[in-house]
Amino acid sequence: MALKASKLTVGDVHTARLVDDLSRTQIVQYAGASGDYNPLHTDEIFTTQVAGYPSVFAHGMLTMGMTGKMLTDYVGDTRLTKYGVRFTSQVWPGDALDSKATVTAVTERDGKMFVSLDVATTNQNGVEVLSGYAEARVDP
Amino acid sequence: MAAKKFPVEAGHILLFARSIGDENPAYTDEDGAKKTEAGGIIAPPTFVQSSAQFDPDYFLRPKVGQPWFGSGKNPTGVVRTGGGGGGGGGGLHAEQHYEYHRPLRAGDVLTATTLPGKTWEKEGRRSGKLVFSESVTEYRDEKGELVVTARGVGVRTERPVEQK
Repeated sequence: MALKASKLTVGDVHTARLVDDLSRTQIVQYAGASGDYNPLHTDEIFTTQVAGYPSVFAHGMLTMGMTGKMLTDYVGDTRLTKYGVRFTSQVWPGDALDSKATVTAVTERDGKMFVSLDVATTNQNGVEVLSGYAEARVDP
Repeated sequence: MAAKKFPVEAGHILLFARSIGDENPAYTDEDGAKKTEAGGIIAPPTFVQSSAQFDPDYFLRPKVGQPWFGSGKNPTGVVRTGGGGGGGGGGLHAEQHYEYHRPLRAGDVLTATTLPGKTWEKEGRRSGKLVFSESVTEYRDEKGELVVTARGVGVRTERPVEQK
């Protein structure tokens, strides 16, 4: 279900809960699927005793992937043209994440309509863990 | 990331979609996908990251017969020599940007070519000196057409990031 440019207004917001209680198992699932086996994400002994972190933590790309679901659920399949993020804080097992897309512009280019979005994902303490932008093709 | 041949397979897309908690039929269900705007199985927006699976030299995958820096008998399988490289902090992913030129579909076979970008330094409040390095990866299909352009920024920290 694609968005319509005529129904979009700058400042419109779409939000979604991404995860309630991030499990170590989901992080392992992401490691296996993505091929990023960095022990910082799955190996508690290495991460606490050698790397010096309090526990394993999620791949930034897992947060970007989960945030991508919020975006594609909003703009529709095959519609994204740009999606970029900065990882601003680490995501830990047990975290609950909420994500928000805010319409910043609706523009025409080569006869097609596009929506620009500001993207932010925060944890249960209100700390921003991901900050970015996206652009998607929308219907007129 | 460099992969001479990155076959985009429906089974791999299913596992990837599950791992990010997205069971959209366009990713996970061949029949369901036909009824979506995609018209068939497509890949989620961040799927090309998993081209690491097809990069023979990818350094974050254990290789047969080679020591691995994760734990086994000992907390790490690699004896670190000398400092540098961020002590225990190591490398983290700082930014990732994608441009999508067309939907990525199951059945596509991509080639990934990575070009190094700029590097820069910054003093971090929570982790000492930060060294950023950028790379741009072009994913092209069998006709040589650009499908996805990815720009990643990695950061090496002087020490582990302090927790707030």
